[in-house]
This record gives sequence, C-alpha cells and structure tokens, in this order.
Amino acid sequence: MHKMILSLLLLALSSLSHAALNVFACEPEWAALTQELAGDQASIYTATGALQDPHRVEARPSLIAKARRADLVVCTGAELEMAWLPVVLRESGNANVQPGGEGYFEAASAVHMLEVPTRLDRGDGDVHAQGNPHIQTDARNFLPIAHALAQKLMQRDPANKALYQQRLGAFEQRWRAALARWEKQAAPLKGVAVVVQHKGFPYLSDWLGLHEVAVLEPKPGMEPSASWLAQVLDTLQQHPAKLVLRAAYQSERPSAWIAQRAPIAAVELPFTVGGSVAANDLYSLFDDTIARLLKGLQ
Amino acid sequence: MFRIFGLCSAMLLCQSAYAAGNESAFNPAFSLILSGTYGSLQQDPATPATGFAMNPNPGHDQGFNIGESEMGISANIDPQFRGVATLALDPAGGVSVENAFVQTTSLGDGLNLKFGRFFSGLGYLNEQHAHAWDFTDQPLVYAALWENQLGEDGVQLKWLAPTDLFVELGAEAGKGRGFPGSERAKNGSGAGVVFVHVGDDIGIEQSWRAGLSLHRTRAVERESTDVPDLLGNTVTNQFTGDSRTAGLDLVWKYAPNGNIKERYLKLQGEYFQRTENGDLAYDTAGANVTDSYTVTQSGWYVQGVYQFMPRWRTGLRYDSLDPGIASVGAANSGNIIADYAFKPSRTTVMLDYSPSEFSRIRVQLANDQSRQALSDKQFFVQYIMSLGAHGAHSY
Repeated sequence: MHKMILSLLLLALSSLSHAALNVFACEPEWAALTQELAGDQASIYTATGALQDPHRVEARPSLIAKARRADLVVCTGAELEMAWLPVVLRESGNANVQPGGEGYFEAASAVHMLEVPTRLDRGDGDVHAQGNPHIQTDARNFLPIAHALAQKLMQRDPANKALYQQRLGAFEQRWRAALARWEKQAAPLKGVAVVVQHKGFPYLSDWLGLHEVAVLEPKPGMEPSASWLAQVLDTLQQHPAKLVLRAAYQSERPSAWIAQRAPIAAVELPFTVGGSVAANDLYSLFDDTIARLLKGLQ
Repeated sequence: MFRIFGLCSAMLLCQSAYAAGNESAFNPAFSLILSGTYGSLQQDPATPATGFAMNPNPGHDQGFNIGESEMGISANIDPQFRGVATLALDPAGGVSVENAFVQTTSLGDGLNLKFGRFFSGLGYLNEQHAHAWDFTDQPLVYAALWENQLGEDGVQLKWLAPTDLFVELGAEAGKGRGFPGSERAKNGSGAGVVFVHVGDDIGIEQSWRAGLSLHRTRAVERESTDVPDLLGNTVTNQFTGDSRTAGLDLVWKYAPNGNIKERYLKLQGEYFQRTENGDLAYDTAGANVTDSYTVTQSGWYVQGVYQFMPRWRTGLRYDSLDPGIASVGAANSGNIIADYAFKPSRTTVMLDYSPSEFSRIRVQLANDQSRQALSDKQFFVQYIMSLGAHGAHSY
C-alpha cells in the first residue's frame, strides 16, 4: 500500500517536472503558430474563436482562470485585445504574464505595421494607435513572428532550447516553400480591385497585391447603414471591383447587399484558423484563403 | 527594408515624445463619462419604499438632469502598483471621490491586493460603475440595502485558485463609513466582507458566474428621519447594533458562436438578506424611548438583457423587497411599526441604442409598486457618453 502511494507520488512529481509550458493564446493563429514551434512541449489554450469578433470579447471568468496558470501569453497586441485582455491579466494575479513581463508576447511587435494613423480621434471610429492589428492575413508576417516567438519560448523554457531551435528551422523551411507556392497560386489576384467589409485585410492586400477601392463600414467598427451602402455602390460604379471580402466572424448582410447590386462576388475568408472547415492549421488557412479568392474571380 | 523603416519610425516617435516633453509621455489614461437623464415620475421620489424608511432612498431625479459626470484617471505607478481614481462631478457643484485606490500588479500566485477607496466586490452589480449599468437605475435591493453601491475605505485581498474552474476568494476590511454602517471614530476594522466567485464557460457560446457574499458591520446611532410610526406621525429614529448581510448572485450569458458583436443574451439575478440586531431609539427629538430591535430585510431581482441586433438592446427586470417583521422591545411596541404587511416590487423595461462602443442612448419605463397605495409609472431617457481612454470592462 505504502509502495503504491509512493509510486503515485513519484508519478505525480515526474509529471510535474515534465509539465508542458502553459500557453494562453489570444487568437487561434497564435495558438497554431505556438503548436508549430513547440509541439507537445506546450499545452495551449485558445482564448477566442474564429467566429468571434476579436475586438469584442468579454473578460470572462474562464479566461481569467486560464491566464492564472499561464507561463506565456501570446497575443496580437496593437490594442486588438484592449477590450478584455487588460482585465484578464490584472485579475489573473499572475505576475509573469503582465504586459512587458517575461511571459508576455505581442506578435505585432515583430512586424511592420500598416495603417498607423497620423491623427488619433474617436471621430475616425475604432482606430488603433499602433496601426491596423490584423497582421495575420499576410503569410509573410509569420516568419519574423515565428523567430521572435521561438526566442520567447527558449527564454521561458531554456531546458528545451534545442527542440525549439530545431522546430523553428523546420517551420521556416516548410513555410518558405509554402509562401512560394501561395504566391504562385495567387498571381491572378495581383491588381484585382476589391471592396472590404471591415478594414481587416490591408496586410493580405499588401501581400497579394489586391487593390482596395472601398470599405463597407463607414468608420472602422461601425455597422454600415443602408444609405452608406448606397454611397459605396455609387463609388463602385466609378471604380468597379471584382470581389467583396469579409471575415468569417462578420455578418454577411452588408457584403451580400453589395454583392447582389454591384454585382460582384462575395467572398467569406476564414481570417484565422478555424474560420472555415478547411482552415484547420496555418497552412490550410492560407490554402483556403487563396482558393476562396481565386474562386471569387471566376 | 521594412525593419529599417520600422526602426526609423520608432526613433521618430521617440524623438517626438522627447520633444513634447518627457513628463507628458507618462501621462496616465484619462477618461470622462458624460451622462444625463430626463425623468418623468407620478410620485414624489423622496417617498421611500414601504417598510424601508430607515434605509437609504437614493431615488430618482425629475425633469432634465445632467447626472453625475465621472472622471477616471489610471496608470501603473511603478512595476509593483497601479493607481485608479474616479471622481464624480456633482451637477450642483463639488467633486466627490468615488474610487481612489492602489492595486498590486506583481504579487503573483493569484493574489491581488487593493487598498484605498473602492466599490466592494460583494454581489455582481456592486463593482460596476453607473455607466456600465444595463438600466438607468439600480435594482431596489441595491438602492435600499446598499444605497445603490457599497463603497469602502479599506483593503481588499483576492486570491484566484490555480484551477481550470474560475474560483476566486476575497476578503475586505473597511471603515464601514456608509450604510448599513455608520461613521464612527474607532481603531481597527468597522466592516468586513468575504465573498467567493465561481465561473466557467459552457462550450464557446455560454458563460456564467455565481457568487456568495457575506457582509458584517456595526451601526452606532445611525439616524433615520421621517420614519412613520404606529401613532401616525413621522419621527427621527436612531439604530445602534450589528448588521449582517448575506447575498447570492448568478449571471449567465449566451452569444451565438460566442460573438457578442452580433447578438447576445444576459440573464442575472441577485438576492440579499440582512439581519440587524440591536437597540432602536424611537423619536429622538421627542419621546426618545430606546429598546431592543431586530429585523430581517431581504430583496431580489432578476433581469434579462437581449442584444437583438448590433447596437440595439432591450431589457426586462423584476424587483422585489421584503421589509420583514421586526421584533420590537416592549417599551417601543406601541410606537414602532413592526409589520408593514406589504412587499414593494417594480417591473422595468428598457431599450437602448449604442451608435458606437463609446455612446449609448436609452429609454426606460417602470411600473413602480414599491410604495403602498402610491403606484408610480416612471419614464426615463438617458444618454451615456465616454470620452478619452476607454478601459476594458469586467465580466
């Protein structure tokens, strides 16, 4: 009996010492990237889903409980999580993962930001001082982010430094090959005029050479009214577009309205991992994104 | 090339911040809430709920009112502390300190310590600032038992358990300056609160939080004016004794796909029961008879708020209070009303529209049956606007 208790204790201890790194990922794309870089070494919790508006999430008790035990918080930053993450981290009572701390990682700090506003005024809608936060729509951004995140993982879990190094190398190689493939596939999209529902795609447009001619939201974060949509329709008479893009989490009504009247193809993009049935990891996210764009062109 | 550009812009930013002066670069987050109401009532708002004349009556304002504008300032003080101040600007002039507290940011192990003046963590609604309320006013039970909100001067320690389930324990020691306590000069703690909160998600669409709170304080010569008595007069009474309150709260939220931008439903309910045990001095300006007095008051509300399309929400609330039956000492049995035989209640509906996250306009209708034989149809129009830094809201 004593032996059994002892062996159970030892088992518990050994599982503790081999405990995986607890990672709290704000969005599914960072959970997926962490998975690529850490494999089984990380136990990953994803705070938001692909069908949630990432700007509008609540500081739910479950999120606070998960942040309490996190060794590393991996988020977009650039104020995307401003409505909930500060409360979650503060209430978690976890000193390691506070902003600026050892266990806090912002992907936006590793990439060049687009649409950095020259003036900050709420009259301009929901603008972010550090630039547009939807950096995950440009596949090229994942290389510098992977490098920075791997550094963070090594820092948090130095015992497995070699593993992270090796996985980063493998990811980089595979990702570069995928980038070449995607860019080749997406060649017909270069210069294609598009309308976007929310300013969620400047990085995607920058990468694939899409040309954004109009936005359905009158100001970032504001629902378009019927009269505003009519104005957009007018713009489209002068500057015709081929596609109207929206993320999976957004209401299809405004896109459908424009698509029907313009008439152009409405394309729903997964936006992040889990945003479509096909997009179940980072590779299939971009496979599916490009496939949907190309299909819209037909 | 991008990297070089990024570095340059970062340097430019540094330089411009430097040029603007180092002091302003560290300015705290500053926010201002502008709110106002138009109220139409059929009864005098100064009349308290039946059986609650010895409780506070925050009431309502009639006609046009700018309400309290609220100014908030917050920032990290250093790597260990964060400071928060909320100042309420009284429309009649004057400033009152609503919140002024310091909280720790680096204790770790799930611990959070807060000290200064803060809203107590008891119940669910108590910690929420007025601009985050789903209705123009607080539930009757909060108005009568907590004077809308219990603010405390003191310390709060919270501990979050290292479990997947959210389990939070909290304890507060305070001065007990506001109702149900009373301002008094003494060392040590004048009021204590303990609470536990438990919460979790059910799939990606539902979340909940449940809580249990206990509050204890002591009142010394807590004065109430215009209290009706058995002789048909209104008198001034003073209560001295212990006050113990227990509360239960439950919140459940649902959003299709977990996306609160489109539609969501939020149901909540709270129940409080308070027992006060001590001596009541009857008619201190006249007869001045003191004898024992014990009463158990309680109240509850349930409410639902439904965002049926982006920007539009509607809500329904039912309120109920029970003044209880007091045991009154023999000397006062002919003076003090022990049993009012009436339970105040109210039904409220609201509709609000939020052009953005920073603005909200609301209309509210209430059928107030909180005063016996004084039925009141209440109508409010309210605006709530938020300028400047807009901090994250709690659950």
